[in-house]
Amino acid sequence: MSNITPIVMPKWGLSMKEGTVTSWLVTEGTNITVGMPILDVETDKIANAVEAPDAGLLRKIVAHEGELLPVKALLGVMADTDVSDADIDAYIASYVTPAVDEDEADAAPTTLRLDVGDISVRYARRGNAGGTPVLFIHGFGGDLDNWLFNIDAVAEKAEVIALDLPGHGQSTVRLPGTSLADMANFVARFMDAINVPKAHLVGHSMGGAIAAQLAVTQPNRVESLTLIGSAGFGDEINSSYTSGFASAASRKELKPLLEQLFYDPSLVSRQLVDDVLKYKRSDGVEQVLKTLSEALFPGGRQSEKPGLKLGEAGKRVLMLWGSDDKVVPAAHAKNAPKGATVELFDQAGHMVQMEKAGDVNRLLVAHVTA
Amino acid sequence: MARKISIKQAINEAIDQEMTRDPSVIMMGEDIVGGSGSFGEMDAWGGVLGVTKGLYAKHGSRLLDTPLSESAYVGAAVGAAACGMRPIAELMFIDFMGVCFDQIFNQAAKFRYMFGGKAQTPVVIRAMVGAGFRAAAQHSQMLTPLFTHIPGLKVVCPSSAYDAKGLLIQSIRDNDPVIFCEHKNLYAMEGEVPETSYTIPLGEANVVREGKDVSIVTYGLMVHRSLEAAATLAKEGIEVEVVDLRTLSPLDLDTVLDSVTKTGRLVCVDEASPRCNIATDISALVSMHAFSALKAGIEMISPPHCPVPFSPTLEDLYIPGSDRIADAVRKTLQKGKK
Repeated sequence: MSNITPIVMPKWGLSMKEGTVTSWLVTEGTNITVGMPILDVETDKIANAVEAPDAGLLRKIVAHEGELLPVKALLGVMADTDVSDADIDAYIASYVTPAVDEDEADAAPTTLRLDVGDISVRYARRGNAGGTPVLFIHGFGGDLDNWLFNIDAVAEKAEVIALDLPGHGQSTVRLPGTSLADMANFVARFMDAINVPKAHLVGHSMGGAIAAQLAVTQPNRVESLTLIGSAGFGDEINSSYTSGFASAASRKELKPLLEQLFYDPSLVSRQLVDDVLKYKRSDGVEQVLKTLSEALFPGGRQSEKPGLKLGEAGKRVLMLWGSDDKVVPAAHAKNAPKGATVELFDQAGHMVQMEKAGDVNRLLVAHVTA
Repeated sequence: MARKISIKQAINEAIDQEMTRDPSVIMMGEDIVGGSGSFGEMDAWGGVLGVTKGLYAKHGSRLLDTPLSESAYVGAAVGAAACGMRPIAELMFIDFMGVCFDQIFNQAAKFRYMFGGKAQTPVVIRAMVGAGFRAAAQHSQMLTPLFTHIPGLKVVCPSSAYDAKGLLIQSIRDNDPVIFCEHKNLYAMEGEVPETSYTIPLGEANVVREGKDVSIVTYGLMVHRSLEAAATLAKEGIEVEVVDLRTLSPLDLDTVLDSVTKTGRLVCVDEASPRCNIATDISALVSMHAFSALKAGIEMISPPHCPVPFSPTLEDLYIPGSDRIADAVRKTLQKGKK
């Protein structure tokens, strides 16, 4: 039976316990290759395609469309033709979904908290310490859950840290300042507070600009850069998104804005809109977002472009962009520093790390373990 | 993960945070400080079910224990609101509102209109609603329709801890009188609630379960009965959408119409007495605005038109249960098949 490879319900993000099989994208008899999208799964947070983690011949589909199943439940079985149907049936019959140990989950909190000056920071830390950790920095209006498809995958190869920036997610609703330098200095102070002298920085959107800023002004803190749909490389930015996001007060206003983030707008689930709305309705958040948006993106232009100075910093740079990015144009990738690796993804929008999670994770792991 | 607290704790936290933020927020009510008068013990009861427990220790004389006269202190709260304070009046049971209708209906609800916008009445009147507490006919009514009927009043009835905190903070900050209805049988229900202050706008319904076959429109305790029914029906392959109105006035009719336009079938569930209640109101509005979208007649589930019985057996029969709701959903699907 060792020649049988199971396909199981993936765990996306820190809080996922179960997912619904929306549809299969392959049929029994398909030769599956690593990274091939094989089925669509919907969780209470988001819908996405499951990319095959292993290769093989799909012999049997076990989970039917519409079924709600726990993480690690058996979805399908891959095996070579020399494995008999009886063996496959026996494998399915004997498969036991590993239970999620509630006590263990309680003992190890999914996120941590730490005071940096007068700002309480929520962050996640995963993987084994040792080596240079990977630090994820989300974008404007985002939080560490923007990395829900990436944190655990990268943590298998390196220590991973992801934070909620000041005024974002569940960190204190207060800004250390409104310039990229203020935000980059804050990230450096956060790194001090968690005893991380140097990190591989991974920044998305505004987080990319913050990472680039830190690489320019404090290069000794930065091992390498991975910049995803990054700000800080050109003038244009979609101000209907940035200012609209800051002021949107209802689900009706917010949903079409969030849909602009994705190539496939159907990825924006009700729960995703609810979660963003919950954040936005906290006291002070709207003002923080407006202040930040007006400082960094006044009149639809980016006021600071640290990416253009990255050539002097001499860091290894991996730059990832969705061809259909409707927030920061993919054309800005042409301003990447010399020697940077640039990858454009078709059928992906601003949230490349979600829409092309498998590819992004592979490139990211290769980049930080090189 | 956000921590989980009960609806009772969420209400306490909302009052505490608003009293801390805004010195014009005060509270009046019977036994809200304690059981031994206005200088009550620090560990005193804090309201009939302990919702305001601990607030006196933090905010002192801004919580006033009043004599047993709802007409007096509700009038005082309305007057204080007209003079610039943001009072929260706690009536133990909404059933006792009867003795202060003039203060609420004729005064608080009318000031802004009759003074040409020069006056406002930012008062919140909190009261327990609903049956199932073995408290008999004078302590168990769901009087939400009475207040919804009066222009100038806002009426809120949350179903979860998250909503309770956000809606109460918004109600306290709102410049109009708000009747805040707390279901006594939901006080212990827990949910994830952020520790920070946040608001939910009044007049925004919440789709608590999505489905394509039938819409259930409801609020308060009945949200949970409806969700139980939806879970049962899901096993039969029926996908029910559950809309929690959250605020009865102003009413988020758009969300209701969007849902009915999608499903074509409507079941209104209301714990209030069946004549002229929220269910009849929603049914009438949907018939008027979305008749062409309906594939079957509208069903309404409410208690019988009688006082809430004291006999536990009869009281349990009185309150609409998930079985009745599920049957009504199946009925709308049968009607559509003809």
